[in-house]
Amino acid sequence: MTSQQLIISGVGGQGILFVTRILAEAAIVRGLPVLTSETHGMAQRGGIVISHFKVGDFSSPLVCPGRADGLISLKHETVALHRHFLKPDGWTVANGPPGSLSGISALMDADQLALGLGNPQSVNLIMLGRVLAIPGLLFCTADEVEEAIRIKLSAKPAALEGAFAAFRTGLQHH
Amino acid sequence: MAASSKMLMQGNEAMARGLIEGGCVVAASYPGTPASELLTAVDAWRTAEDLDMHVEWAVNEKVAFEIAYAACQSGLRAATIMKQVGLNVALDPMMSAAYLGVIGGFVIISADDPGPHSSQTEQDSRLTAMLAKIPVLDPSNPEEARMLAGLAFEISEEFQVPVMLRPTTRVCHACQDVALLPVARLGRRAEFRKDPRRWAATPGFRYELHVQLIDKLARLAAHPPTAPRRLNPHVVSRTAVIASGVAAAHAREALAGLDLWNAPAFFQVIQPYPLHKAFIEEINSVYSDVLVLEETSGVIEMQLGNRNLVRGKISGFVPEAGELLPETIGRLLSEFAGQQPAEIPAAEPGSRRRPTLCPGCPHRASFYAVKKAAPAGIYTSDIGCYTLGINLGAVDTVLCMGASIGQACGFYHAHRITGVERDIIATIGDSTFFHAGVPPLIDAVTQGARFVLLILDNTTTAMTGNQPTPAQGTAAGKPVRIEDLVLGCGAGFCRTADPLEMPSFTALLKEALVWSRANGVAVVIAKSPCLVDRSVKHLRRAQVMVETAKCTGCQACTKQFECPALIYDHGTGKVHVDVMTCTGCAVCLDVCPVRAITSGGGA
Ligand code: SF4
Ligand code: SF4
Repeated sequence: MTSQQLIISGVGGQGILFVTRILAEAAIVRGLPVLTSETHGMAQRGGIVISHFKVGDFSSPLVCPGRADGLISLKHETVALHRHFLKPDGWTVANGPPGSLSGISALMDADQLALGLGNPQSVNLIMLGRVLAIPGLLFCTADEVEEAIRIKLSAKPAALEGAFAAFRTGLQHH
Repeated sequence: MAASSKMLMQGNEAMARGLIEGGCVVAASYPGTPASELLTAVDAWRTAEDLDMHVEWAVNEKVAFEIAYAACQSGLRAATIMKQVGLNVALDPMMSAAYLGVIGGFVIISADDPGPHSSQTEQDSRLTAMLAKIPVLDPSNPEEARMLAGLAFEISEEFQVPVMLRPTTRVCHACQDVALLPVARLGRRAEFRKDPRRWAATPGFRYELHVQLIDKLARLAAHPPTAPRRLNPHVVSRTAVIASGVAAAHAREALAGLDLWNAPAFFQVIQPYPLHKAFIEEINSVYSDVLVLEETSGVIEMQLGNRNLVRGKISGFVPEAGELLPETIGRLLSEFAGQQPAEIPAAEPGSRRRPTLCPGCPHRASFYAVKKAAPAGIYTSDIGCYTLGINLGAVDTVLCMGASIGQACGFYHAHRITGVERDIIATIGDSTFFHAGVPPLIDAVTQGARFVLLILDNTTTAMTGNQPTPAQGTAAGKPVRIEDLVLGCGAGFCRTADPLEMPSFTALLKEALVWSRANGVAVVIAKSPCLVDRSVKHLRRAQVMVETAKCTGCQACTKQFECPALIYDHGTGKVHVDVMTCTGCAVCLDVCPVRAITSGGGA
C-alpha cells in the first residue's frame, strides 16, 4: 500500500490545518486510509503550529522523529525546529526569502507571491503547489489536490477561485 | 446523508457523529480545548440529518451537565461535553448523578490534554470517573471514539448509570477516514416520572443508592462488550503489554516496527474503570512481567494491584508527567523487551516562537492601558486568549476560570489588614465572566473589596474558536447584557469604552482606579470585537508605516506593546511593519513616544 509520513509546520494563522486537511481529502479521493494530528488552542495564536500527516497502514496519528518522508514549512524558521522528524533521505520544501535556508529541496518566497495575489492568507496553498511542482515527492497528484480543494470549498465559489489561483501559482513556479 | 461512505473526520466530529448515531437528542457543552469542536459538530450533524434536538453552548460546564442530565431523567438520550478542567466545574452534579443513575442514556465526554498543550493541568478524567464511581471508556482513534460514543449510550441505559467517554487531545484533534452509520431515530417523548425517593433522595436513601451503584460497577466489570481486547491472539507469552487510549495506537505501530508483534501478549483496554475482574485475574495468574501504557495516571495499573508484576506510571517505569509520545512508547517497549533502544533524533535547541495576541487584538491595547494606569499594581487575570497579556507584563496571576476576581478580592483584603495600599486590576474575558465571574463579583461588592475589574468584552469565546456567549442571545431566548449583570451585582461604577481609543481608555482606567480606592469595586468594560471572529464584519483598515528617519529604535512598540506585526531589525536598529500581518488597528501610533508610526500605508 502507498505509505507516506509528512510534517507540515509554520506559525498560527497561516492555515496549516487547511492544507493538512486538503492532503487528507486527497488521500480519501485515492481510497487510502489517512491519519493526521492537528494543533489547536493557545499555540494557534502566533505560536508554532505543526501537523502530522500519515497516509497508508498506520495506527498512531503522530510521526516519530527520524521517520518523516517530507517536511513542508510555511515559515522557514520551523525547518530548524522540525528537521529532526525527517528520515535521513527526507525532503524539505520551505517558504522563506532567498538565502534564508540552504541544502533543501526547494525554497520559495511565498509571502511575496501571496502579496502579489492580493491574498496574504494564501501562502499555504502556494506552498502545497510548490511541493507538487517537484515530481515524485507526494503520494498524490496535482489533479487529486484540486479535486480535494473543490470538495472542501464547493460551497464558497469566491474562496475556491482564490484557492486555485494560489495553488497553481505554486505549481507553476520553478 | 448517505450511510457507509467514508469521510474525513476530526476526532471531535467523529464523536459527535457517534452521539447522533446513538440517538442523542440533547447536547450541552462549554467550549474548551481539546473538546471545543464537538458541540459545533453535533449541531452540524443535527442540521445535516434534519433532527429535532436541543443543542446548546451553556454558560458553564455545571449548567451544561444539569441540562443534559434532566433530559436523561426524562427518558431521552443526552450528552454533556467539556474539557478535563471543565469537569472540575461539573463535579458537583456528577458525583450526585452517579448515585441517582439515569433513565435515558447519559454520556459525559471529558477530553484530557496530556502535555499539556492548552490547559492548566494534565489531570486524568478517568481518575475523576473513578472518584465518582462511573464507568469510563477510553478511545484510541476517531473511528473508535465514534463507535464508543454509541456503546456508551447502550451501557448507560442497560446499567442505569452515567457513562464517561474520555478522549485525549490526540484523539480529539486527529483526523481519520471514518464511515458513517445510520442515525438511531428513537422517537421517544420526554416523560419525567416522579420518584422523589430517588431523584430527591435524602441521606438515608443515598446509602442504598451507593450500594446499588457498587453493584452496577461489579456487573460492568464483567460486561463482555467493553472487555479488554487481545490484539495479537496468536501469541503465547509470559509477558504482556496493556495499553489504552492513544497509547494503544502508538504501541501497536511501535510493536510492529520493533519486531515485537509476535512477542508479548498485547491487550487494549477499552474500559479502564471499572477494569474487568476476569482480566485482572488472567493478568495476575498467566503473566510474569506486565507493562501498562496509559495516559495520564496509572488507573489501570492501580486496579491490577500487583506491584511486583506490573510496570507503569506508579512503579516509575513510565514517566508520570507529560504526553506519552510514540517515540517514548517505542523506547519503553524496547526496554521492556530487553532490547537496546534506538537513538531518537532530537529537536535542535533554538528559539521557540511564543504564542502572542493577534496583531491588532484589542486586548493588547487594554493591557497596555492597564500598565500605564497602574504601573505598580497587581494584575490578576484569567483563562482565555488574554492570558497572553503575560507577554506584555500585564498578567501576574492565572489560576482557573473566574479566579481573577476572587483573587483580586483576596489580594485586597490581605493587603488591607496588613496596612498596605496597592492598586489591583483584574482582567477577565466576557465568556469567562459569564462562566464564573458573577459570584466573586457579588462577594467583592458585599465585602467592600476595592479594585478595578476590567472585563475584556469581544462578545465571543475567542480562544476556543469563537463560540457564542450569553450576550449574543439565541433565537428562542434573549441576550444577557454584561452591564446589567454588573449593576445587578451592586457595583457602583460601570463604564464601557473601546480600548483601541487608547488615550481616552487609559484615562477612564485611571478614573476607575481613583473611584475604587475610595468606594469599592469599579468595573470597566473594554468593548471591541475579536479579529478572528467571522460572525462580525471587520473594517479593512489601511496598514501603518514607520517613518524610518524618525524611529529611534527605542523598541517601546515591540517590547512594551509587543505587537507581532512590528519587527525590530537588529541590522538597521529600526522598526518596520510586517505587511503580511498588520491589521491597521493604529493603536501603535499612540504607543510610539516620538510618533514615528503613521497611518496610511497600502490598504
Ligand atoms: S483570537 Fe481574537 S481575542 Fe484572541 S488574540 Fe486574536 S484577536 Fe485577540
Ligand atoms: S497598526 Fe500597529 S498595532 Fe495595529 S496591527 Fe498594525 S503594527 Fe500592530
